[in-house]
Amino acid sequence: MTRHYTAHAAVRAERDGAGRVRLTRLRSDGPYALRATPDAVHLVGAAAGPLGGDELNLDLEVAAGAALAVRSVASTLLLPGPGESTTRVRAAVGHGAHLDLALEPAVAAAGCRHRAVTDFALEAGATLRWREELVLGRHGEPAGRYSGRVDVTVGGRPLLRNELRLPDPDLCTSGAVLGDARCTGNVLLVGPGLAAEPYAADGLAVMPLAGPGVLVTALAPDSATLRRRLRHGEERART
Amino acid sequence: MLLPAPLLLLADSRLPAGGHAHSGGLEPAAAAGAVTDVPTLAGFLRGRLATTGLVTAALAAAACAHTARAAADHGRASGWTVLDAEADARTPSPAQRRASRSQGRSLLRAVRTASPHPALDALAAFPAPHHPLVLGAAVAAAGGSPAHAASISAYGAVTGPASAAVRLLALDPLAVHRALAELAPRVDAVAAEAGGFAGGDPAALPAASAPALDVFAELHLRAEPRLFES
Repeated sequence: MTRHYTAHAAVRAERDGAGRVRLTRLRSDGPYALRATPDAVHLVGAAAGPLGGDELNLDLEVAAGAALAVRSVASTLLLPGPGESTTRVRAAVGHGAHLDLALEPAVAAAGCRHRAVTDFALEAGATLRWREELVLGRHGEPAGRYSGRVDVTVGGRPLLRNELRLPDPDLCTSGAVLGDARCTGNVLLVGPGLAAEPYAADGLAVMPLAGPGVLVTALAPDSATLRRRLRHGEERART
Repeated sequence: MLLPAPLLLLADSRLPAGGHAHSGGLEPAAAAGAVTDVPTLAGFLRGRLATTGLVTAALAAAACAHTARAAADHGRASGWTVLDAEADARTPSPAQRRASRSQGRSLLRAVRTASPHPALDALAAFPAPHHPLVLGAAVAAAGGSPAHAASISAYGAVTGPASAAVRLLALDPLAVHRALAELAPRVDAVAAEAGGFAGGDPAALPAASAPALDVFAELHLRAEPRLFES
């Protein structure tokens, strides 16, 4: 018998009277084990996967004036299994609060069927840094089926709704979608004082959004190049 | 069943709405070597259809449905602001937002000149409304349904870049037309999917992105010479 995980991890950061940020909630569940360090909350994979059929939820809440950074210690391997696997991140960021969510890459292994859903609800005056990276297959293997959607609202208004749908290899390799890139990723910055001018280079675009944010999108042949391009793009987005 | 001529006019590439000045990302894709021949063009069109094509068709269908609702309860201009913001949120590339708005403005001018209709007046309050919003309203004004709007939009998402490819890469027009004919069932499938969102929550409209198109759109602005605006 196959065991499926339905996990619900959660973090809440608040600012106390003395101006210090406290984690008033730190709930690990199933494969999502959370460890707090002075700099960040780390997601430690306590099980392989997600495997097909798993449903992993992570709720993040950053109360007004607080700051929270979330990292992971290793890349996530999306594996096949009976059914679709889902990861869901819901983040609420209060006025004057900052969330920095940058997990290590997700690797879509052959045969996986994965859906990633990310929702950021920012109050006016909240700021965000979010990085996502996707690697299409382990070395030498074709990627499974992947779809990921992110929805970002600021003060209830939509800032970014962006979905990557890779239902088949045919669509991945379309010159309009990923071409011959095996890795793709984004960095989203939300807040004041970001670049107002777009910038582009080979496999990289820095795109000021219609609202208060900049999306950096990169394509690359490998994960090291992807990270380098995103880093370069992020620097451009902050100037 | 007759195909209503007012809708055929909206689907016609000869519509004087400036569409010929845009390649839908084909020109920079060709410059980058991502499209070189008919098979790579067919792949490009499939990808564009499934991403930008789906999103703009769904926005056009939603705009058409909104036009019909707004006519029923006098005004509701705020709905256009919502759809305009939803279009912006699905278009991270500033170059693509500009291209969409400039084509929207041209289309609005063309359809208001040809067949004025109160449904189009609300959009005229925007300096440059997004193209799928104008298309959806124009289809409604011409008596069409959200499904019609989605069809015309999805069709245009592939025919525009295809004819740009013939001009830019000197491809055989018959071979390109054959590629389009082979894509036709997919165009219908995307239009059917897009039309299904028409009456729902605008936040839930599809948001399929094409990272390569985004990068190409921004690179294009730096390229010289350019035959197309986008």
